[in-house]
Amino acid sequence: MDSEVSFIVLLLWLVVFLAGAAALAWTFRKIAIGIAPKGLAKSLRTAPLTASFGMIVILAYVFVALLAPFIAPFGEREIVGGEYLPWDAAHFLGTDNLGRDMFTRLIYGARNTVGIAFVTTGLAFLLGAIFGLLAATVGGWLDQVLSRIVDVLMAIPALIFALLLLTIVGTSITNMILVIALIDSTRVYRLARAVAMNIVVMDYIEAARLRGEGLWRLVVREILPNASAPLIAEFGLRFCFVFLMISALSFLGLGIQPPTADWGSMVRDNATLITFGDITPLLPAGAIALLTVAVNFVVDWMLHRASGLKE
Amino acid sequence: MAGILTMIAQRLGLGLLTLFVISLLIFGAIELLPGDLAQEILGQSATPETVAAFRRELGLDLPAYERYLNWLGGILQGDFGTSLANKRPIADLIAGRLGNTLFLAIYAAAIAVPLSLFLGILAALFRNSLYDRAVNIFTLSSISFPEFFVAYILIFYLAQSGLFPSIAKITPDAGLGEMLYRAFLPALTLTLVVTAHMMRMTRAAIINLLASPYIEMARLKGVSPGRIIVRHALPNALAPIINVIALNLAYLITGVVVVEVVFVYPGLGQLMVDSVAKRDVTVVQAAALIFASAYVLLNLSADVLSTLSNPRLVHKR
Amino acid sequence: MNDNDNGKAALLTIRGLEIEGRADETWTKIVKGVDLTLRRGEVLGLIGESGAGKSTIGLAAMGFSRDGCRISGGTIDFDGIDLRNAPARQRRALRGKRIAYVAQSAAASFNPAHRLIDQYSEPPVQHGVMSRAEAERDAIELYRRMRLPNPDEIGFRYPHQVSGGQLQRAMTAMAMACRPDLIIFDEPTTALDVTTQIEVLSAIRDIVEQFDTAAIYITHDLAVVAQMADRIKVLLKGDEVEEADTRTMLSTPREDYTKSLWAVRSHERTEQPAPSAQETPVVSVRGVTAAYVDVPVLHDVSFDIHKRRTVAVVGESGSGKSTTARVITGLLPPISGEVQFNGKALPADYRSRNKDQLRQAQMIYQMADTALNPKHRIREIVGRPVEFYLGLKGAKLRDRTRELLSLIELEPDEFIDRLPSELSGGQKQRIGIARALAAEPQFIICDEVTSALDQLVAEGILKLLDRLQSEFELAYMFITHDLATVRAIADEVVVMKDGRVVEMGGKTEMFQPPHHPYTELLLSSVPEMDPDWLDRLLAERAAGGAGATVQSADQ
Repeated sequence: MDSEVSFIVLLLWLVVFLAGAAALAWTFRKIAIGIAPKGLAKSLRTAPLTASFGMIVILAYVFVALLAPFIAPFGEREIVGGEYLPWDAAHFLGTDNLGRDMFTRLIYGARNTVGIAFVTTGLAFLLGAIFGLLAATVGGWLDQVLSRIVDVLMAIPALIFALLLLTIVGTSITNMILVIALIDSTRVYRLARAVAMNIVVMDYIEAARLRGEGLWRLVVREILPNASAPLIAEFGLRFCFVFLMISALSFLGLGIQPPTADWGSMVRDNATLITFGDITPLLPAGAIALLTVAVNFVVDWMLHRASGLKE
Repeated sequence: MAGILTMIAQRLGLGLLTLFVISLLIFGAIELLPGDLAQEILGQSATPETVAAFRRELGLDLPAYERYLNWLGGILQGDFGTSLANKRPIADLIAGRLGNTLFLAIYAAAIAVPLSLFLGILAALFRNSLYDRAVNIFTLSSISFPEFFVAYILIFYLAQSGLFPSIAKITPDAGLGEMLYRAFLPALTLTLVVTAHMMRMTRAAIINLLASPYIEMARLKGVSPGRIIVRHALPNALAPIINVIALNLAYLITGVVVVEVVFVYPGLGQLMVDSVAKRDVTVVQAAALIFASAYVLLNLSADVLSTLSNPRLVHKR
Repeated sequence: MNDNDNGKAALLTIRGLEIEGRADETWTKIVKGVDLTLRRGEVLGLIGESGAGKSTIGLAAMGFSRDGCRISGGTIDFDGIDLRNAPARQRRALRGKRIAYVAQSAAASFNPAHRLIDQYSEPPVQHGVMSRAEAERDAIELYRRMRLPNPDEIGFRYPHQVSGGQLQRAMTAMAMACRPDLIIFDEPTTALDVTTQIEVLSAIRDIVEQFDTAAIYITHDLAVVAQMADRIKVLLKGDEVEEADTRTMLSTPREDYTKSLWAVRSHERTEQPAPSAQETPVVSVRGVTAAYVDVPVLHDVSFDIHKRRTVAVVGESGSGKSTTARVITGLLPPISGEVQFNGKALPADYRSRNKDQLRQAQMIYQMADTALNPKHRIREIVGRPVEFYLGLKGAKLRDRTRELLSLIELEPDEFIDRLPSELSGGQKQRIGIARALAAEPQFIICDEVTSALDQLVAEGILKLLDRLQSEFELAYMFITHDLATVRAIADEVVVMKDGRVVEMGGKTEMFQPPHHPYTELLLSSVPEMDPDWLDRLLAERAAGGAGATVQSADQ
């Protein structure tokens, strides 16, 4: 009986949430079209509600991450009361297993988890895109060597490889960033190379080569501008993968280490509450999910646009 | 036919080579360790004598290639060495757990594969319909959820009321029905996550196919929609579908690690995570090698099967 | 194909047909109210440039529209059946049985997973016209009538095991399977070489005549439609320009647009006087043999190109003409032989050539779409070689770029800040020319520069190239498969086949007999506007003339 009632409540919440999200997304799109410059406004007009919703969520996360110390009522590592306190006026979402304020840690988590994922993705991108573009442009043995190395690295599942490397170098934030960036750069390499391969065979690249242009100009001025759209979309997708992987590692206790506030480890530390019917530990997990959904919605729209323009 | 056999032999050879290189990589990773592994594991307080003894025990005094050959030779005979943490043979630690993990993966795949192929093809056929849009939002959301989020939501709604156990106790004496019941939530979690991926990929593959000129030709020949799917699209869709399945079964391998931890399921993934925390290098190596081999073999069989389904390769000019 | 069939009943009647296409979430009209009447056994040619809506109308005649298109107005009546409003089941019952379709690319339109004969049998068996065994017997008979080699056996092959021209004939046989009342031919020979085209054209024409099938023949090639159609309808941007029976249309077109289409082929340049024997050629290809990895593609190729002269290199696909250009530009270093420039050997690999050597030889590409970087503005595309080779900067660079745009007859103020996507096909090709000119070269390779363009636009490009040549004393190497283009601009002709030069000489001499048998085959295969040309040619070949002794590229 109990579960049936809670299921109906869940459904109701879902409906309310969806309606609210749609309304918010609609309003956001209206305002964004109004204030954006002409070219951007035109493409915003084609954005579906899902994409506009994604954009608001991303903006909101960025806002929270930047202003964390001003929004949070307590300090990130401050112990403010008893363990596992329930929700009340002072502790909006109660306290965690060590008596720290959940709401505060949730806000700081935006800064830490998202920030670290962003830096890692950026690093993976720098590494993967540079080598991928170079391999496609130069070709020959450089391409062969790099591609075979990547083939081997990609033959091991990402999470398993990360676990192996983390055992060896030990678990710390820097190590995790480097390990994940290395693993993910192989995926970026594949994509960047494939995209660049399609561009390199174009006659305008042949014309530039025959003109005698150097490697730098070939890559930066001739190829990169044409590869940027798929690469930006890939950045979004990669960010989702990296973000989920970091969360998974932190959840497993192998990623971001305490006492830094982080969503993955928050779930792990407070998971016991779930069996007692308290949804608080689900909130950080939900925060992870919401951001990934948002990024995916935006990327989906971008990819759809890119493929639509090709036809 | 001779051509295709050579091609398959080449693929198999390449797969074997990949496995070999992976074993080198997994073994060699330790060599890259900054400083001394024995010192690192025992900590700064260890006396030089204990460190030296430990080094001998690990075989670290031997040259690297000799250690590699011993290690690989042992594994080929089913001997994975001993755990650094509790000195037990790794083969014993792995034995039961590997079976459990396989059981969970097959359980999830048995639900996920037919379900997602069916729903994915449906979405492709009715593309841009309300159903398709709903599917798109649903699957896009599901692939964005961390596995543990899905797992805890299921626990919250299905285990709290006592419908299903939240801790998957697997004991050797349990019958198949009992096993299926106890492992239901972990399997459902994996299914939900994998189904979303697979549906999206199936849909994309089918839509890509339906845009080809020979499908338009079939429509212009007055062929019925059902026959177009069965006779014209499916034979050509085999290769992409095989790849989608392989990719997602491989994805199960990764998913299994987190899900096992959430449900305290006694599988290989949980063992690996525990060992990483303890820095039990030899166990992690063994687990990584098993997972990576499964992954390579899956991709290899997909490769061979899709080669066999391609008429251009089977019937040479 | 008689002209006096007018008494026959109308089979297909289209009135006020409007079709819309979706682009960027909005619908725009691509066919704007076209009327069409087709009587039984009659062949109607639909002709027009790209974007005229020919294929869309052809498909609409089957009650079909592609994804992203919709029929928004008018009526389509096929033998008393309202195709626009007929239920899907009824339309499906007609397709393949009473109306059949032959697509442009047979290679893509045959299902790679099934044998030809399986695909042939599908319409008759599915529509209940005959049994599978009957269909197979019938297929072999039709393959024989389509003059396919090994008609008993060819149907049991998979599409990838059969050549392009044969596939196109097999597809026509498949369209005939149910003996339809109407066949839509959608550019069936556009993707084929000229010598192969003849065989497919004559096979199609014979079979349509034998079964008295009505047909809509869609093409952009006037000479082809002149052979195939009883009547011709000219389309422009989704509108009808005019319609008349073939002979009237060819001899006395009414509309200016039609007249201009007809006039295109009249441009012919007088041959330049031959260079004196002592004059050093600008480019000299000496005994070049080349291979891709280990597939040999060129065998001992030699020819010279002099100042102010145009050498046309002619041949079918796979003859090695583009490979020769790659050897000259240094993209494919030859195994033996060399390329000389003003009497001095050029380094074989372009990476070893100095800036001046690179500057002197420029290239203009076939597909202007892929030849211009879509992210660069015209200013940069044309200005970059000026800056790179001649070192001009700032105001001087800007002035020179504007001057180059004026040279190619584009208004600098209007075009200098545009992106390639904001130009028409002809304008893009002009920018390609400007980029080559910007380097101030002595020699330009033109690789099929007009073959992707509509005829009127191509004419303009040829005239421009002609003018620039005399203005800057350029030497041109003109790669083409189109003999009409050769006639229009060449001084000398080099004929290539299978990587070898089979014949070379001055243009006037080349176009007059006696010819090398292959040149003869090539020359005689180029369709002419005369409606009786195909009949005459086939008669000549039957008598053993017109290159009948040489095998075409497809056999």
